[in-house]
Amino acid sequence: MDDSRPIFLQIAEQIENDIISGALPEETQVPSTNELAAYLRINPATAGKGVNLLVDSGILYKKRGIGMFVADGARERLVTQRRDRFREQYLAPLVAEAGKLGITPAQLADMIRAEVRS
Amino acid sequence: MSAVIEARSLSKYYGGERGGRVHAVEDVSFSLEENRIHGLLGRNGAGKTTLMQLVTGQEFATRGEIRVFGASPVENARVLSQLCFIKESQRYPDDFRVKHVLGTAPHFFANWDPAFAAELIERFRVPVNRRMKKLSRGQLSAVGVIVGLASRAPLTFFDEPYLGLDAVARQLFYDTLLADFAENPRTIVLSTHLIDEVSNLLEHVIVIDEGRIIIDADAEELRGSAVDIVGPRGAVDAFVEGREVLHRTGLGGLASATIARLDETERIAAREAGLELAPVSLQQLVVRTTIGDTPDLSKGDNA
Repeated sequence: MDDSRPIFLQIAEQIENDIISGALPEETQVPSTNELAAYLRINPATAGKGVNLLVDSGILYKKRGIGMFVADGARERLVTQRRDRFREQYLAPLVAEAGKLGITPAQLADMIRAEVRS
Repeated sequence: MSAVIEARSLSKYYGGERGGRVHAVEDVSFSLEENRIHGLLGRNGAGKTTLMQLVTGQEFATRGEIRVFGASPVENARVLSQLCFIKESQRYPDDFRVKHVLGTAPHFFANWDPAFAAELIERFRVPVNRRMKKLSRGQLSAVGVIVGLASRAPLTFFDEPYLGLDAVARQLFYDTLLADFAENPRTIVLSTHLIDEVSNLLEHVIVIDEGRIIIDADAEELRGSAVDIVGPRGAVDAFVEGREVLHRTGLGGLASATIARLDETERIAAREAGLELAPVSLQQLVVRTTIGDTPDLSKGDNA
């Protein structure tokens, strides 16, 4: 909780990360708003806003009187979304910085391959 | 959502009619929504305590109107019975022990939870048989915090409640407040200058300076509402041209300016101009809006 983006966005992203990594499998219950608030030491309304963002986009769904659950197919959808953003978020800055430092595309490709191997 | 507190053009002046009048609160209008945690922030002497005294009927307004639960709080038992005001300078009868404070609390607070109070006494390690006069500053603050939490009053004020509390006890207070607020929603007003410690607990923030409200906004909106740009003086000057600059400072050929939030295109433009961007915390934002400029050492006029 320390970058400059609104906290509720960071919370939504954290839950998304847990779904993608498999820590929160589909059809399992996610922590309640109050549990999240207590754990992250934030206002419960803020935690609720983050969770609701994921309910609105269909990643989580509400079971009345029980809590929030990870929707069927949520992981697949999140991975697709993240792949779409991968280019602008990671690739573009990487290529720009490499250009600044005079690293050629071929050298960059070698570096990536070496990194994957290690 | 309904407002628990509504203030209109509220002013409080101290001192005589002629000369030496202190404008502790000056033409202040705001409302506080029910069941939220509000932060009342500002420097020492900004008017935080006076404002809370007006809201709790302990001071009379010089001008303006204040409504709490829809009515004036002054001498109004229906309103006052729903309030709990924990202040740093609370005085107790000379022969009072901690257990007497806990024993009288249920008479003042309809929702008093004795089991919760006992649990908090344990957690904060307060000696119940000790005289209030003999408590350390931190223990005295702990008693205030315990009364404020266990009272479960629909409207609870904590005025700088942490004086002398060590880091562990302060964290315990914040954690307990959050957990209990989640279970028993109520309106909390937290007055503090330890802004970084509480900024994530707050839903709404009022910043007061020299008796006037200078910020009244959702905490989430304030978060990330400003950004620091740092870089060579010329580049910074060119970038902030035509923008409102909240604060600026510099050293040698380097300058730093605090400006309003940038969108993604502007952020890229700033980076391409060789500028670095850094987030501004709520505490820094308050400091910068209440202090004005710090000396700019890069101008070199005093060389």
